[in-house]
Amino acid sequence: MKNKHVNAIVVGSGAGGGVAAKELSVAGMSVVLFERGGWVTLDDHDHDELISQRTTVLGNAYGPDDKSNRRVRISQGGDKSILLPSEGGYDNVAACVGSGTVSYGAMGWRFMPEDFKMKTTYGHVEGSTLDDWPITYDDLEPCYEKAEWEIGVAGDDSQNPFASPRKKPQPMPPFPHNKEGRMLEAAARRLGFHPFPIPMLRNSVPYGGRPQCYRMRTCVGFACPVNAKCGTQNTVIPVALNSGNCELRTHCVVSKINVNDQGLITGVSYFDESGKAQIQTADVVVVAASATETARLLLNSKSGFFPDGIGNENGWVGRNLQGHAYCGAWGIFNEDVYDDCGSGATVAISDFNHHNDNIIGGGVLCNEFIRLPYQFSTIRPSGASRWGLEHKKFQERNYKRVARVCGPYQQIPSFDARVDVDPDVKDFWGIPVARISGTANIKDSKGTAFMASKAELWLKEAGAEQTWQTGVVTGVRAAGGGQHQAGTCRMGNDPKTSVCDKFGRVHSVPNLFVADGSLHVTNGGFNPALTIMALGYWVGGYIASEWSKGNRFK
Amino acid sequence: MERNKLSRRHFIQMSAFGVGSLLLFPQCSPQLRKSSWRFFSVEEAFLMDTIVEQIIPTDEWMGARDAGVTNFIDKQLVGPYVRFQEKYRNGLSAIQSSCHILFRKPFEELSWDEQTGFLKMMETGKLSQTLESRDPSQKGEKIWENNFDRSFFNLVCDHTMQGFYGSPRHGGNKDYVSYRMIGLDYPFTIGQNRYKS
Repeated sequence: MKNKHVNAIVVGSGAGGGVAAKELSVAGMSVVLFERGGWVTLDDHDHDELISQRTTVLGNAYGPDDKSNRRVRISQGGDKSILLPSEGGYDNVAACVGSGTVSYGAMGWRFMPEDFKMKTTYGHVEGSTLDDWPITYDDLEPCYEKAEWEIGVAGDDSQNPFASPRKKPQPMPPFPHNKEGRMLEAAARRLGFHPFPIPMLRNSVPYGGRPQCYRMRTCVGFACPVNAKCGTQNTVIPVALNSGNCELRTHCVVSKINVNDQGLITGVSYFDESGKAQIQTADVVVVAASATETARLLLNSKSGFFPDGIGNENGWVGRNLQGHAYCGAWGIFNEDVYDDCGSGATVAISDFNHHNDNIIGGGVLCNEFIRLPYQFSTIRPSGASRWGLEHKKFQERNYKRVARVCGPYQQIPSFDARVDVDPDVKDFWGIPVARISGTANIKDSKGTAFMASKAELWLKEAGAEQTWQTGVVTGVRAAGGGQHQAGTCRMGNDPKTSVCDKFGRVHSVPNLFVADGSLHVTNGGFNPALTIMALGYWVGGYIASEWSKGNRFK
Repeated sequence: MERNKLSRRHFIQMSAFGVGSLLLFPQCSPQLRKSSWRFFSVEEAFLMDTIVEQIIPTDEWMGARDAGVTNFIDKQLVGPYVRFQEKYRNGLSAIQSSCHILFRKPFEELSWDEQTGFLKMMETGKLSQTLESRDPSQKGEKIWENNFDRSFFNLVCDHTMQGFYGSPRHGGNKDYVSYRMIGLDYPFTIGQNRYKS
């Protein structure tokens, strides 16, 4: 039976797509929301370190699964390897309703005004595609506010002198610090830094009809057993479904965006849960499948009209892949600093996000989420045994005596860092898989060394007896976005050097939009989830308001 | 030395159970010997026990052998780690061939310190060189082509950590030994505690 034509298709139900589907459906548009995974149910809420979204050695807890999915990586030497979703380097993003927002660490950061004006702030950077966004922080501010109030953020920006200007406070009070956080907060003040509680997309008090956070050890990488973590699956997606205008199709894999002979999008081809090929038509298509999968879908949508993939006339789709260069330091204390109070990360400083001497950008520094025992077994100062009795004793003695400060250093974009599609390798459905290649920008090394030295200083002031730095980029580093992947369909005013316009519309196609981290011109020195949600409101809100004015995007 | 005796005693204990056939019918070829393991042969499992015990030895807390790490790895090799089967089969056999070249005895009969030294050679990738210098006519270099000594050690070491520090539901970390050792309450006393077995 033919699927009924709808006004809009949204591909992907994560931070961007879940929000966009809600914006369109509450505005009265009929929507089909496609998700390649299913709902995470109560049965999936276990606390197994080896099957989570954080440590995935025995599989991803909430997908994608190792049976049906593959990606290809090209090393700097040109060697090709085929990767499973559970292997490092795949850059997995959860395949379930809500995607990464089900199991993320849930930091709810706003980017800073400078993050949207990196070229204006730092000038042209040789060998980089560093640029300004076509929109400013002020443009996106109302969308951040909507994300904070509709999805839910606990925080208090008034304690952060570097915080972006806001009209309304965050809706929930901040989480109190854990032991590590209290210790680091005091140390930061002694150093003249400006510590403040990390904004969290988690309920510090009952909110949105869901209970308060239990502060469990197994938070980052896991779904919340009491639904205190705020994702799109327990906030905006239920609103979309309750509007009566949105149909969520789970376990459906979109393989291609279809185009008519005028170059207009007619809908998508997809495989349903039983593996049957189907077609869904729509007036508008919004792609929000993550920076890797969005680029892959556009590139796989080849036609007479778009022989190199949709939006790829100038070869920019999939380019400028960014994540974050995570850098910081570890410290060992002479007493327990661990109090088993999840999620672990509570305190941050934004003193080094911008305007550092001779550094492009910077990043926020936070204390780290709780390290689970297997993960901790790989954490040792250089020169320490990796096995044997000494290794075991280290684990026993120091598991509760170690703290980490680290942060997402804002990567300098590189045109060479890239997602495209592999000519040979296909997934279970026969769709060519994403291929990741190229290198991150060499200029990251100076910035990461700077950030790591500040983290180490902070830990020493807090009383760490032994410290060591991590994540300092030395030499050329392979491209990759990790779970913070972004930048592959960047927005811009010039169609020659960007894929989408300032509203997320693909330059060359009137009725195709992107609404996820792919749009990021630069990725900020923060975890990007709240910004992706804000972009969902920005793009979804634009489509909905144009639609209500009679614009049918033809 | 004490450890070696311990592992011998352990061997004899094991033999009393399903491993008895090894002693009763020593003439049987490995393929015919029935193993109660999922992937490993009886000999391979015994070698694995010896190796993982080196990686996480017994002290006042159980070591990796008694915590069931071999069982963990065996279980994963017919599950998510099916792709590593060949590596284990080749790697374990290469360890024994190398030990025969260097010591004229199997790995598990080396002294504790000899075992440690051998694994350190693997870890640093020096095993193949050592084999060649010891006996140039042998094909030692070939056994560990492409730094397989190092990569196989890293693989076993990583899997051992997973088995010892991961959830007991996967077959290792017996009685939550590693959680008790580092002082984590387990199972959780807060929130929900639901397990799929």
